[in-house]
Amino acid sequence: MKRYVQLENVQKVFETKKGRFVALRDINLSVHEGEFVSIIGHSGCGKSTLLNLITGLSTASDGVLLCAGREIAGPGPDRAVVFQNHSLLPWMSCFDNVYLAVERVFGAQESKTQLRQRTHDALKLVGLTDAAHKFPHEISGGMKQRVGIARALSMQPKVLLLDEPLGALDALTRAHLQDELAKLVAAIGCTTIMVTHDVDEAVLLSDRIVMMTNGPAATIGQILEIDIPRPRERLALAQDAHYLRLRGEVLRFLYGRQYIAA
Amino acid sequence: MNVVSVSKEWQKAEPKVAKIETISAPEPAAIPPAAGVSVLKRYGAVIFNILRALFPAALGLAIFVGLWAIVAHRSGLPGPMPTWNSALKLFSDPFYQRGPNDQGIGWNVLRSLSRVGMGFGLAAVIGIPLGFLIGRFAFLSKMMSPIISLLRPVSPLAWLPIGLYVFKEAQPAAIWVIFISSIWPMIINTAVGVTRIPQDYLNVARVLKLSEWKVFTKVLFPAVLPYMMTGVRLSIGVAWLVIVAAEMLTGGVGLGFWVWDEWNNLNVEHIIIAIFVVGIIGLLLEQLLLLLARRFDYAEK
Ligand SMILES: Nc1ncnc2c1ncn2[C@@H]1O[C@H](COP(=O)(O)OP(=O)(O)OP(=O)(O)O)[C@@H](O)[C@H]1O
Ligand SMILES: [Mg+2]
Repeated sequence: MKRYVQLENVQKVFETKKGRFVALRDINLSVHEGEFVSIIGHSGCGKSTLLNLITGLSTASDGVLLCAGREIAGPGPDRAVVFQNHSLLPWMSCFDNVYLAVERVFGAQESKTQLRQRTHDALKLVGLTDAAHKFPHEISGGMKQRVGIARALSMQPKVLLLDEPLGALDALTRAHLQDELAKLVAAIGCTTIMVTHDVDEAVLLSDRIVMMTNGPAATIGQILEIDIPRPRERLALAQDAHYLRLRGEVLRFLYGRQYIAA
Repeated sequence: MNVVSVSKEWQKAEPKVAKIETISAPEPAAIPPAAGVSVLKRYGAVIFNILRALFPAALGLAIFVGLWAIVAHRSGLPGPMPTWNSALKLFSDPFYQRGPNDQGIGWNVLRSLSRVGMGFGLAAVIGIPLGFLIGRFAFLSKMMSPIISLLRPVSPLAWLPIGLYVFKEAQPAAIWVIFISSIWPMIINTAVGVTRIPQDYLNVARVLKLSEWKVFTKVLFPAVLPYMMTGVRLSIGVAWLVIVAAEMLTGGVGLGFWVWDEWNNLNVEHIIIAIFVVGIIGLLLEQLLLLLARRFDYAEK
């Protein structure tokens, strides 16, 4: 398998008023094409910082970041992002929010009809055909997050980056969207990197889980391979011994020596 | 299902919007035999609610008129009734024209409004783009900030002599005063709006790598619009505040000149009427802009 996203000795230092703050150090990670990787760690350890580096919204203080063999120089539509707080533009309908992305990526080579069709398809994929002409403030939190996912997927990105995409949702809606997300990503097959707080979510969706140590100067503590065959059934897994062992491993990392040391 | 959350997820949890069957719909289709009565009752309730909403304002006005009557009685100012009668006469023929210095109240209002419109329009055309630039470029902001802080607190009428000197004429001088005194709120509010655009929206634009034009039309402008409308509203308020004073000094047809003229004629009733007219038109302008602003407010609840 090809290495698609590659981080070598990445370091991120923030220059603050109180001096240098080392947020990340010695991050080495390579993600294969089509792989689903989760990043998990305690609040404030630097998960968003790491994701923003891959997105290109901020630049590393040191180290090399590559995507498809090329240096990441800034953000671009080949790496679509689903933001933690949906980030839909409130003055546009759901349709227009997605259309803005579609138009940007395919506007040069496709007709208006084709662009509209793509937008419809993306919204249909997340089951929001009926809400297309509603505005963000008129729909629920779960629906907003789905529009955000539709917007990201509509761009047919090479890499999908998710920053706690379901973090703000209640447990039921979250479980439902996790299942949907698993299906969508499997169908499209794009490389996915997801930041999460939720151990079950990480185990259920990922091929590998990257566990980060606590900050400051956080780094990758352990990487866990999740070799559960897909498709994964939430209910069946609840009693699956292997699943429980993997889940226990993540919990041990998060609440074990790490936690005491902190 | 057991979801283990690593951290205090509940802090971010959005309040769950529960689906509640609407029960507030007006009476179901099956109306009982005594339908007439229930309809009457319902209209009665509606009228009662309207009255209850208007009551405080009506009471306030009544007290005001009462106090006015008492003060008028003591001081010899025209009371509410004589003023009302005089107003009826005045407004029965608002658009007469007898020479350059004696025209109907309608003409005076229109001329004042047109001056305000021109001065304010110019201020908007220059102030709003300037506000965008100042908000977008920190350097420009630092460059302009001392000038703005220095000029903004200057009393509007202090600008009048400069206008008269430069334009040698009353009409453009009055417009100049309106322009210079109403431009500041638009510059400042627009600039503040630009700096307050949530980083999230700009991040969306960056991830999509939108063109500068798209960023402006799809992100910057809609995000700043509510701030801009606040600036516009404040500016119109200032402009209308200043026009009466400016016209008193420059003359010509207009509400300010009319007030001064009536003072020279010692027609105090007309002066009081003018005060009401200025107040009511200011109120209408404000309401109109509020309405407009509400249309542009994307209401992020
Ligand atoms: N722009 C910045 N300037 C200075 N320090 C920053 C900046 N951004 C983040 N940090 C610091 O870097 C650390 C990591 O922040 P980050 O937002 O990446 O954490 P996180 O793991 O995403 O947390 P959470 O799970 O709560 O979202 C924090 O200590 C934070 O205070
Ligand atoms: Mg974060």
